Amino acid sequence: MRGQGGGPPVPGRARLSPLQEVERVFREEYGRVVASLVRRFGDIDVAEEAAGEALLVALEKWPAEGVPPNPGAWLTTTAGNKAIDRLRREAKGQDKHRQAMQMYDDELPEPTGIVTDDRLRLIFTCCHPALAPEARVALTLRLLGGLTVAEIAEAFFVPETTMAQRITRAKKKIKVARIPYRVPAPADLTERLAAVLAVVYLVFNEGYLSTSGEAPIREELTGEAIRLGRVLRELLPDLPEVAGLLALMLLTEARRSARVAAGELVPLHEQDRGGWDRRLIDEGHALVRECLETNRPGQYQLLAAINAVHTDAPTAADTDWAQVATLYTQLYAVAPTPVVALNRAVAVAELDGPGVALAEVDRLPELQPSLTSYHAWHATRADLLRRLGRSAEARAAYDAAIAATANEAERAYLSRRRGTLAT
Amino acid sequence: MTQYLLSVHMSEGDEVPPPEELDRMYKAVDDFNEKVRSAGAWVFAGGLEPIEAATTVDGTRSEPIVTDGPFAESKEYLGGFWVIEAPDLDAALTWAKEGSAACAGKVEVRPFQAEPA
Repeated sequence: MRGQGGGPPVPGRARLSPLQEVERVFREEYGRVVASLVRRFGDIDVAEEAAGEALLVALEKWPAEGVPPNPGAWLTTTAGNKAIDRLRREAKGQDKHRQAMQMYDDELPEPTGIVTDDRLRLIFTCCHPALAPEARVALTLRLLGGLTVAEIAEAFFVPETTMAQRITRAKKKIKVARIPYRVPAPADLTERLAAVLAVVYLVFNEGYLSTSGEAPIREELTGEAIRLGRVLRELLPDLPEVAGLLALMLLTEARRSARVAAGELVPLHEQDRGGWDRRLIDEGHALVRECLETNRPGQYQLLAAINAVHTDAPTAADTDWAQVATLYTQLYAVAPTPVVALNRAVAVAELDGPGVALAEVDRLPELQPSLTSYHAWHATRADLLRRLGRSAEARAAYDAAIAATANEAERAYLSRRRGTLAT
Repeated sequence: MTQYLLSVHMSEGDEVPPPEELDRMYKAVDDFNEKVRSAGAWVFAGGLEPIEAATTVDGTRSEPIVTDGPFAESKEYLGGFWVIEAPDLDAALTWAKEGSAACAGKVEVRPFQAEPA
């Protein structure tokens, strides 16, 4: 296990076998090592092969000699030497002259960016808009997260060969179309950063929304997303949306263990708040406070602020719903989606009663007809109708919600709620 | 430097814009071409006559066959293109965005294969 989002130490971590320990360190350092090699050799395949060879050397040496004090630097140096050896061999007979020359030149001309961390450049390459969204996610997990192709394939429920092709195609496109390896110019940074944050949040949600306990790799995705969020935060400390996304993920992750009980989804107002991870919540709250001070709100910051309000309430009854509704109104101003409107209606129900909220919810499909196939829309209606004592309509809405979701924990919860309706 | 093909695709049945809009478009494309030239990114460019003017030749058999019409039946066809030189895809995409706005059409960006060393 790795990338636990800064939570408490993973039990058993100290008891890893020497080989497991090498693999853990390798994974943790992988993004840094590969990013540095990509900059130096200008080629992702060369970088990955060299990193792989360095792992073989580490597996041979570290269990006997111990992990070196700076394993990342050790791996980068070893991999760099391996890459040079390989390029020298290939340069003989082939015209790999230019590449072979580059290996002597560590100081390649670099476009100036606001930060010069290699991982930052690499994540902008992986999340380039010229790549298909699913390829961006896969490449980011492979190159920066150090996940194997098999693991990524398992996490996204696609055959390994499909995932391998997806990654190979994307790398080939980066190479032949010359997708640059650099932090975008300030003029493009906001737009390009949005694509990076979207990839990280997608990775997080893939892991979070599927919490069923049967696919450990998927759960590991949330940890990986938080780790990437921390890297971005470290590299781009002045951009509030970066802090906002990290805060959002931390405050969501903090509730993970309370979110499912006995295979059934536990909604926010029924969760055991004592089971929430206070450390993650405190860290998330600090980031949200920092965003408020910066006062340049954006989508992720507002979502984080909403989560901060929820995690600030000792009990569900203490929730500051006026604040939640205000934040959703602000969020709707920057992200006018029917889903945001739906969530605002939930807050309105707590403030102005289920009748007012139901009227709002029933109007939403006019904005987006596809909402009627979205389980949360039906589930929200069902709950409001139940509170209004309109049992028959509530039952039909629960049926529609259950039919619209494939998530077992969610279905179990909705079925139980349906069972509590008066006949 | 890499060369990129920036191609503009027309759809069958695309309406011809009114003259004043057409004039504006020609002017915008001329200005864009001038900008590409003065930036040193220009390789070659041109607009093509409508697809009705196309002839297809198949010289893969012993007897070459000449037929009227396009290579493949399609609702879209190449209307014109630029070949530009750019240091990387981001630079090529920047040109493509401007070119697309100038000619009022979507632009596909494709790198040329590297010259064999």
